[in-house]
Amino acid sequence: MSAQAQPRTELLLDLADDELILGWRNSEWTGIAPFLEEDVAFSSIAQNEIGHARALYGLAAADLGTDADALAFDRTPGEYRCAPLVQLRLVPDWARTIARHVLYETADAVRIERLKEHEDAELAGIAAKIEREEVYHRLHAQMWLERLRDEERYAGAVEELWPYALGVLSPELRPVLAERVGRPEVDAVDRSAPGEEFAALWDEMTMVRRSATVGAQW
Amino acid sequence: MVTEAAVWGALAEIPDPEIPVISLVDLGVVKSVEVQAERVRIEFTPTFMGCPALEVMRRQMEDAVTGLGAEPVVDVLLDDSWSTDRITAEGREKLRKAGFAPPAPRAGAPPTLLQLQKPVHRCPYCGSTETRLDNLFGPTPCRSVRYCTSCKQPFEQFKTI
Repeated sequence: MSAQAQPRTELLLDLADDELILGWRNSEWTGIAPFLEEDVAFSSIAQNEIGHARALYGLAAADLGTDADALAFDRTPGEYRCAPLVQLRLVPDWARTIARHVLYETADAVRIERLKEHEDAELAGIAAKIEREEVYHRLHAQMWLERLRDEERYAGAVEELWPYALGVLSPELRPVLAERVGRPEVDAVDRSAPGEEFAALWDEMTMVRRSATVGAQW
Repeated sequence: MVTEAAVWGALAEIPDPEIPVISLVDLGVVKSVEVQAERVRIEFTPTFMGCPALEVMRRQMEDAVTGLGAEPVVDVLLDDSWSTDRITAEGREKLRKAGFAPPAPRAGAPPTLLQLQKPVHRCPYCGSTETRLDNLFGPTPCRSVRYCTSCKQPFEQFKTI
């Protein structure tokens, strides 16, 4: 199915779920990154990604007659649509974390570029706004790629995560990613019902919301 | 009936919740003000989407309009109509005086790592361009951290977006 033809709500939820869950995973480095600058960087990137998720959920919520928080926190684990790449819990492995960061940001750029051209003005507008911030995520990823590209552990992590990275994108965008990363297109790890690793994240992420009384204001 | 000028005046009194030296009007987040009888419609263009100050800004704008005796309607625009180029000249000067290097103007293309690493960004304390990028990210999403090798002062650089 082409990105243009994918129903708007599905497209928004794919993207929002990816950004929310990656934001969550990135925030797991808060306080324990290898050095202070990276603590700040990963926390800040997490904040941006969760901000993107909030705006994307807001658009989807308007279509579905609900609100952003309900979409972010009130669905059952099986209802999330996030790509397997963002679900992986990678702390305390820095090499794999950076490999995911580089691969995700590269894949995300491909999809955001496409979305900026979307005939739906709201989708094109939000993509353009997200892109302004993503530029800095990519610069950060690029900086780390330059440092680690010749390291064996990093190369192994990219090899491992490459099929997952392809799974972030719809099939017609995968050749673009393969060309940018300079790797052959292989069988992708596609979006599917989230597994146990995700269930643990969901449990933690929604705990406060689930424990609050009905009608609590945040 | 409240006038547009009165609304702009009231909005210009609202400090940015995180960088209170500049106002929301200086920051360029108010795209338009339209008075329709007793109702005032404000188009608000958020800065960074994950910025926790956004809700505070929105509430403060609503309060300002209510304070003028009108009914506020704040429309949040989720497109790219805000960029750091919308910060006013006065706002940039206030930032610099408070120790925040104002954002470089947006060029045709997004910034590159090479550009950010070049010693062309001016220290807001001593004016030297002998500064280096210490971290792309800083205490809030809108800032990077640089270090001035002339006056040995770390400082915050507003990102260009």
